[in-house]
Amino acid sequence: MNPHGRQAAAPVDLSRVRAYGDTLDDGQVMLSFSLPVPYGDEAKEAARQLARQMGLLQPQVYHAHDLGEGFTYFTVYARSPHSVDFTNIFVPKVGLAKLDHAAIEALWQATMGTRKLRVLGACTGDDAHTVGIDAILNVKGWRGDKGLESYHCFEVRNLGAQVTNEALVSAAREFAADALLVSQVVTQKDCHRSNLAALVDLTEAEDLRQDLLLLCGGPRLSHTVALELGFDAGFGAGTVPSEVAGFLVQTVIARQAAART
Amino acid sequence: MKPNGRGSRNQSCELISRATETAFAAVEHQPSTELGTGAPTQSCAESGESRPLHLLRLPQNAVPSPPPEAVPAAATADSHAMPDSPVISTFAPTAAGFGCPALSLDAAVVHNCRQLAAKIASEVTAFSEAHSTVAIERTVLRLCGITGATAAGVPLVNVVVAALEQVGELGNGIALPFFSAAVALDLTPQQLADVLADDASALSTDPLALHAAVQIRADTADRARALAHQYAQTGIDQIVAQRAARKQFLRDLGEGNQPLCYVIVATGNIFEDVVQARVAARQGADVIAVIRSTGQSLLDYVPEGTTTEGYGGTYATQANFALMRAALDEVGAELGRYIRLCNYASGLCMPEIACLGGLERLDMMLNDALYGILFRDINMQRTLCDQRVSRRLSALAGLIINTGEDNYLTTADAVDAAHTVVASTLINEALGRACSLQTEQLGLGHAMEIDPLRPNMLLYEIAHAALIRALFPGAPLKYMPPTKHMTGNVLRGHVQDALFNLVTVLTGQGICLLGMPTEAMHTPHVHDRYWALESAQLIFGGAAALGSELQFRPGGVIEQRCKQVLEKAYELLQNLATTGLMDGLSRGLFADIKRSRDGGRGLDGVFARGPAYWDPTGEIIDKQLQLISQQEAG
Repeated sequence: MNPHGRQAAAPVDLSRVRAYGDTLDDGQVMLSFSLPVPYGDEAKEAARQLARQMGLLQPQVYHAHDLGEGFTYFTVYARSPHSVDFTNIFVPKVGLAKLDHAAIEALWQATMGTRKLRVLGACTGDDAHTVGIDAILNVKGWRGDKGLESYHCFEVRNLGAQVTNEALVSAAREFAADALLVSQVVTQKDCHRSNLAALVDLTEAEDLRQDLLLLCGGPRLSHTVALELGFDAGFGAGTVPSEVAGFLVQTVIARQAAART
Repeated sequence: MKPNGRGSRNQSCELISRATETAFAAVEHQPSTELGTGAPTQSCAESGESRPLHLLRLPQNAVPSPPPEAVPAAATADSHAMPDSPVISTFAPTAAGFGCPALSLDAAVVHNCRQLAAKIASEVTAFSEAHSTVAIERTVLRLCGITGATAAGVPLVNVVVAALEQVGELGNGIALPFFSAAVALDLTPQQLADVLADDASALSTDPLALHAAVQIRADTADRARALAHQYAQTGIDQIVAQRAARKQFLRDLGEGNQPLCYVIVATGNIFEDVVQARVAARQGADVIAVIRSTGQSLLDYVPEGTTTEGYGGTYATQANFALMRAALDEVGAELGRYIRLCNYASGLCMPEIACLGGLERLDMMLNDALYGILFRDINMQRTLCDQRVSRRLSALAGLIINTGEDNYLTTADAVDAAHTVVASTLINEALGRACSLQTEQLGLGHAMEIDPLRPNMLLYEIAHAALIRALFPGAPLKYMPPTKHMTGNVLRGHVQDALFNLVTVLTGQGICLLGMPTEAMHTPHVHDRYWALESAQLIFGGAAALGSELQFRPGGVIEQRCKQVLEKAYELLQNLATTGLMDGLSRGLFADIKRSRDGGRGLDGVFARGPAYWDPTGEIIDKQLQLISQQEAG
């Protein structure tokens, strides 16, 4: 395999890929970190030793700065001897066709008629950052891509910020939701993970899990993380509403078809 | 010429030699009063470091200063020979608007905008004078010295207000029934609060007993009134004393030049925050804002004690305020410059936090009349009442309030909705003035979030910043870099922030909330602030006099844009003045967000003031504010 751009240069061995600076396999990486030690030659030596312990070779402390109060900041360049096997990487993907607004509406109408897909959205836990969930749900949408409220095929309710998992699940029951969209922005001490996992547990305890599509989104979330936490899908930074809409419509239709057979 | 009360030159040089980034904030101030003699830069002989040319202090409309080399060395070399600067206001005596090229605005339109904003504000003021909230009544108790919490963490002020609400005795204000009970039972106010919080006490278990105890009796009413007045006076005196202490610190130490470098700490643990704040101060930060835990704005109580767990920030508590204040005073004394402390008088406990901020000498408070309504879905009646009390307390405490218009355009389009920011700053100004806030306390917040890839984005940012600058001469405007367009690419983010730093200094903003390259990734790491402060120092120093050297081209993009935005703001204000602010909010005129008059959180804590409503703190604050304005005028 010879990725585009290296036709004449030495070929890359994709089963052993190393970091690249300006020469194949030079392993160049940049690190930037602070240590709680006072600035000085000892601090720089400590940074070098730390880089070596990370398994890096020839660490160069290019920049060290006295932050005061016994802290020093470093920029270190080094060579990493480690490699990865790119031929053996697996990343779960949502994996459904990307449809535009009209195609999503048409697909839903053709299969499900006038019934609407009921979507309940919220920022859960302590999280008060509604920009993400609003961008996906509000008519206005995001980057010129209209939100789910603008679709005929969705009935949307947005519960806003700081909704407890309990309140969300009880609203899901009352609203007869087909799907829950949970937005998590704050990730301090991994609170988003524990909070999302707790929601999955709660839907299971309430015997609702099999009737609900669980989706989560946020800048630090991905489909992989979502699957790990027991969700059906996860959407990271840069997601536009039609991606979420397309997933919802295609998945609900597929599930219904599976249930019939 | 005294370098604005700064620590000694040696101290500054030592700082510079210790920190090779030549913290610009360590550079000595130039006095504001003498024209053309205050040009800064020379080298610091002891360390051999060169000093960045920093913002010159000149009166408004001053002619451009001569270049640095034209300044006699003696003018700045010996700081000790100069007499004390006679005036220290609550804010650094910087010539406002200095640095920003002049902008010709239609004075009649500006005048009309202000008239409309005043009309809109007067309706809000009338509403808030006719109502009170549970948060306001809790604030009265705090001013009267009630502190502490139950074992379960419920603040006693909450216990007391809830108890009186339950027996239907809140409508005429908490003070008289509460102090009547104290007199009847021969308890101090704090003892009475403790009794109400004691699950075993008769008062807490028997509503009839409580109801009887809080009745206002003809024979004790005067005593109860006098007692309430006495306790309220003690609390308010503490705030006034803190105001005086700040003044003294500023006189003794001075503070950083404008634009003040404002950075946030947000570890969730106040003890770690203190470490981060001290490091930031050493790197040149002038203002430390402790971001609150993400849930706090919707808590209907202020947590007690020091806290070590928070999400996306650290709880605002009186104990946390005191801890950070002490740390900043200590590091500030060492650095020879007063470090300001900022927190958030917002959310459901807006007036209580303002009260605690006054008691613990915070210097700035995020305090917006509309932000909580729009972005936290707090009921508008609640916030519009609470903002008035919190701002009166801020006026008393000498706090700078920062408004939150810089957030409007995270949800609305920056170019289409720029006029909403302008209209809102005018309304916030009018509401603030109605609460006796002085010009130097109006840290109106603004900044657009224009797509960085939009052609001429920088021109529009300059236009908007210059427009706000021109509209509010003398106010320490707070300028905030973008958050919406940060991508996780830290180098690109650093460049975007650098452009905003340039706009900040070019347009003479008072306070710059420094953007972090890691915005939208994590709460700032200790070296993220170093990156940001170093960038700001380079740009504020290097472009210090840029604004006074340039002119906006008459009829050019910037001038035309300002005109257009101002006219649209005028239209919006006309619209709002016709229907009222609450109606405008329910029509989604700000930030593209619609809020209904009776929707959102906290409405159940709002009540109409009864015919015999009495609040001892109100009249004392009125008197104090009058006294202060006479003193400052004299």
